[in-house]
Amino acid sequence: MKNNPVPEIEAILQDVTARLKDFRKEKCCLIPILQMIQHRHAHLPHETIKLVADHLGIAPCEVYGVATFYNQFRFHPPGKHPIKVCLGTACHVRGGSIILENFERKLRIKDGETTPDKEFSIERVACVGCCALAPVTVLDDQVHGHMAPSKVEGLILGFEIEKQKQEREKAKDDF
Amino acid sequence: MGNMVKLIVDGTELEVEEGTVLLDACLDHGIYIPHLCHLKGMEQPPASCRLCFVSIEGIAHPVPSCTLTVREGMVVQTDTNAVRGLQISALRLLLSVHDVDCAHCPANKKCALQKIAKFLHIGLKAKGLEIYLKEPRVVQDHPLIDYYPNRCVLCGRCIRVCRAQNGLPLMSFAKRGFDTVISFYGAASTLGCKTCFACLKICPVGAITLKTPNS
Ligand code: SF4
Ligand code: SF4
Ligand code: FES
Ligand code: FES
Repeated sequence: MKNNPVPEIEAILQDVTARLKDFRKEKCCLIPILQMIQHRHAHLPHETIKLVADHLGIAPCEVYGVATFYNQFRFHPPGKHPIKVCLGTACHVRGGSIILENFERKLRIKDGETTPDKEFSIERVACVGCCALAPVTVLDDQVHGHMAPSKVEGLILGFEIEKQKQEREKAKDDF
Repeated sequence: MGNMVKLIVDGTELEVEEGTVLLDACLDHGIYIPHLCHLKGMEQPPASCRLCFVSIEGIAHPVPSCTLTVREGMVVQTDTNAVRGLQISALRLLLSVHDVDCAHCPANKKCALQKIAKFLHIGLKAKGLEIYLKEPRVVQDHPLIDYYPNRCVLCGRCIRVCRAQNGLPLMSFAKRGFDTVISFYGAASTLGCKTCFACLKICPVGAITLKTPNS
């Protein structure tokens, strides 16, 4: 795991370079290209921004400007447990942003980021389709309704306990 | 010299060259119209600051004067109630996302916001509006320049002069809505700025400053 990051990004760069050939060198291809990278690699590594800029003959900051405008693009790979906090209209009215803030504070990352141990990532989403349960959070594709600050604590704690248990069992197995 | 056209602004007759932008024509003749995003000589005005409104005879609603060129026989009024109302709203909205701390700002006394507020007889504190400030207060990603998001009025002048200067801009708008900022993304590797600083010079407020050793 430790010496992973370098080859990983190289593989991504190779893949993106190969795929870029399918796109015309026109500004209007910018968003489709970003979507391609996001789709294939679940985030836009910073190294790919320069690649895209060079392909289209525009400045990296312009690519960055467009990418940061849309919620669908993220710059960090999602964590093992992606947390999607709904900020759709209903959830917003029922305090969705407080739930988001709770997760952010608890995990010490911002919306769009991933914890250093790669366990959790937070993103905001707009209406997941069960407004009656507002405010809603989707965690590992499981919907949690009527979210409250205490539930945020509980959910994260649950994962931590689970992880500790697994580690203990693993330690036992190793003997 | 091209053809000249005659128009009337606030009751005074002006004679200006055909094709001149109305805002420029007024400014050149000492008729002040508040403005932030306009850059003389640049095509396609963004008309984003919504400050340079004027009333024009025959047009029902006020129009941004940076988007019009002068026409023969145009009758313009720069100080109608409708115009002032729009200008005051636009300025107040800008100030509601502004960290007003002029005493500690390098733009103090030469700041466009101060000038416009004075001209419109309103204070720099946006009373009655919710204040929204961005974090962080200073962005120090650039090796030579500091950026203060809460002083920036997002006029985009810096981006346009940077593009004119360097072909490809080294700065761009990033993010969206209330969180919109100017970003120097990727500029850490560009030292061309050292001899340019066009952005710093064109900024109408104190949002772009030279990096100071202890900033
Ligand atoms: S930018 Fe202008 S209004 Fe804002 S703090 Fe500086 S001097 Fe004051
Ligand atoms: S940094 Fe200055 S010139 Fe650039 S958008 Fe902000 S206020 Fe305008
Ligand atoms: S707004 Fe959150 S589920 Fe509909
Ligand atoms: S100067 Fe005309 S809208 Fe800004």
